[in-house]
Amino acid sequence: MKPDTVQLGHGGGGRLSRELINMAVVSRFGDGPLRGLPDAATLSANSGEVVFSTDSFVVSPLEFPGGNIGHLAVHGSINDVAVAGGWPRWLSLALILEEGLPFAVLDRVLDAVRDAAAKADVVVATGDTKVVERGKCDGLYINTACIGERVEDWRLDAAAVRPGDVILISGTLGDHGMAIMAARNGMAAGGPVSDCASVYPFVDAALPYAAEVRFMRDPTRGGVAAVLNEMVEGATSAGIEIDETCLPLAPGTQAVADMLGLDPLYAACEGRVLLVCAAGAADAILGAWSKLPGGAQAARLGHVSAEAPLAGLVAALTVTGGRRIVDLPGGEILPRIC
Amino acid sequence: MKYIEGFREPRAARALVEKLRLLGQSSLKDGNGVTFMEVCGSHTMAIARYAIREALPEGVALVSGPGCPVCVTPAGYLDAAIELARQGVIMISFGDMLHVPGSRSSLARARAAGGDIRVVYSALDALQIAAAEPQRECVFLAIGFETTTAPVAGLVPLADERKIGNLSLLTSFKTIPPAMDALIADPELRIDGFMCPAHVSAIIGADAYLPYARQHGIPCVVAGFEPLDILLGIEGLLRQIIEGRAEVENQYSRVVTAGGNRRAQVLFQRLLEPEDALWRGLGVIPASGLRLKKAYSSRDAAVRFGVTIGPGVEHAACCCGDVIKGKLNPAACPLFAKVCTPDDPVGPCMVSAEGSCAAAYKFRDIRQHAY
Repeated sequence: MKPDTVQLGHGGGGRLSRELINMAVVSRFGDGPLRGLPDAATLSANSGEVVFSTDSFVVSPLEFPGGNIGHLAVHGSINDVAVAGGWPRWLSLALILEEGLPFAVLDRVLDAVRDAAAKADVVVATGDTKVVERGKCDGLYINTACIGERVEDWRLDAAAVRPGDVILISGTLGDHGMAIMAARNGMAAGGPVSDCASVYPFVDAALPYAAEVRFMRDPTRGGVAAVLNEMVEGATSAGIEIDETCLPLAPGTQAVADMLGLDPLYAACEGRVLLVCAAGAADAILGAWSKLPGGAQAARLGHVSAEAPLAGLVAALTVTGGRRIVDLPGGEILPRIC
Repeated sequence: MKYIEGFREPRAARALVEKLRLLGQSSLKDGNGVTFMEVCGSHTMAIARYAIREALPEGVALVSGPGCPVCVTPAGYLDAAIELARQGVIMISFGDMLHVPGSRSSLARARAAGGDIRVVYSALDALQIAAAEPQRECVFLAIGFETTTAPVAGLVPLADERKIGNLSLLTSFKTIPPAMDALIADPELRIDGFMCPAHVSAIIGADAYLPYARQHGIPCVVAGFEPLDILLGIEGLLRQIIEGRAEVENQYSRVVTAGGNRRAQVLFQRLLEPEDALWRGLGVIPASGLRLKKAYSSRDAAVRFGVTIGPGVEHAACCCGDVIKGKLNPAACPLFAKVCTPDDPVGPCMVSAEGSCAAAYKFRDIRQHAY
């Protein structure tokens, strides 16, 4: 009788290992560079420069409203490449499985990897599978790395940001972080849904305005607040002012954030781009974004300011008309959200 | 009814700010300022988060009161909790307590050293944790005011019902009215009005504040936690002062009633009895704490494990005591933002999300920062 959970023997390198690889990996990814399971993939790039990034995923729970660790593992790495000006092409996929993980879960996760990669037109080109004893990992950890080809037109440089520039976000804030917290606390029904998705379509839609785009980031851990603070850290003549009264927020995300006493500005997005551009290009980029699926809530977050008391700071204009400082998030806010 | 968005509506908020400014201008002459105390820590947090201090009219000062449960929990309580963790007991806590400094350590450090400390968002999670490991002792860190006391004390009958014998409470429950009595009795403090707690009042009822208005002539307004709630609360206090009234007004009528939550009150009467309690910064206040009655002593971790909760040792330069009494602005403490930060807190007011110092640090307004 075949076991319905992962056994330690599945990582032993013998017949069981071969079965697992065939069933889990070859069946889904075996047509491209993985055909015949070579030790390494040989890839042919068109351009001279590549953009390369890696990320590990330890999210708990493995499945959450809006996706699972598989979606996250694909999008996490390709989004890093995309906002750095790369066209994501190839992905590595390394799995660390805990003895006893139900195959049903593994299948759903790998289906998600397959579907997310196909949708993003990225090829899973190489991979690895290990099994560890029960208790040595929490179900399943994934590492992915993504190689993209550098897109010529982008001239992205955080140092190019200047007063007057506008800060845009491609959708609602904090949905992934709040979806995870809601799932952990048994309030998932009707609540926030993770925004987990490829941001490449948004990056690509901004490409015609590349000359006026200074900088892009995907606001994952620490959320928008962390990215904005990193932008102005150490700046002596520029700060950021955001208008808190018009932040794009999904009602479910807002509700869970209020219940748990968390601020969506600090909660992770997994499918949003934060983009800084010259003021003149802002409307055109927002217009292009709003036509994309998932782009209806794209919005202007704020601007880069030369006002002296703001230097090196991120300030939020509140509903009362006062302003407060949006600090860098502290240490442990939401562990293991990705 | 929209319970959140409606109370965060920017146009309404800014109109109220303007109204407050005019009210202040016409009524508060030079040197005739008023000081209101927001008793509750969640108000402190919301006031900072929405930059409400910056929006106040000249002559109106808001001081933060003792209503942050983490802040007033003495170091000795943490010492006892850390000791139980060291003995291998599963300690279950809300997240705020983890970084509060005890005399020598914190629960976060005890966890890093191998202590089994579980952070929960709901008291009910404690039942699951205890049921999952019936062979181990589980202790819930039962601190808080009336709002938190209700669900946490409610664990006792639930654990009995589900025959979960390995769960007990390390109690340091406190009640708000005795602390307000102590503040009124303090000759160094002048409070012209109380913004009374929102969710504590949901349990004890707005009528609990009648003595402050009637006997002490101090205007009271029960206000909610959204920015418009708070602005309306300040408006109510200001109007009472201008009109020479001292009453209890309930701005938060969508949640708070005059009599409070009868079910919770019955639960308190059945399970709990008053005790003199030590408040960090305020000292011992008679009958200001609640402990489990003798009949429930098997659920009382202090009895069960024979631990005594001493006063503990606090950092000599820490001003949390004066901050909690509203005598000192957090930024005036010599440790503030220099030695004491949210990442490395010295006093409890810097740890808790509701703490005055954490609020002042996290939501420093631009004016303050520029100096």
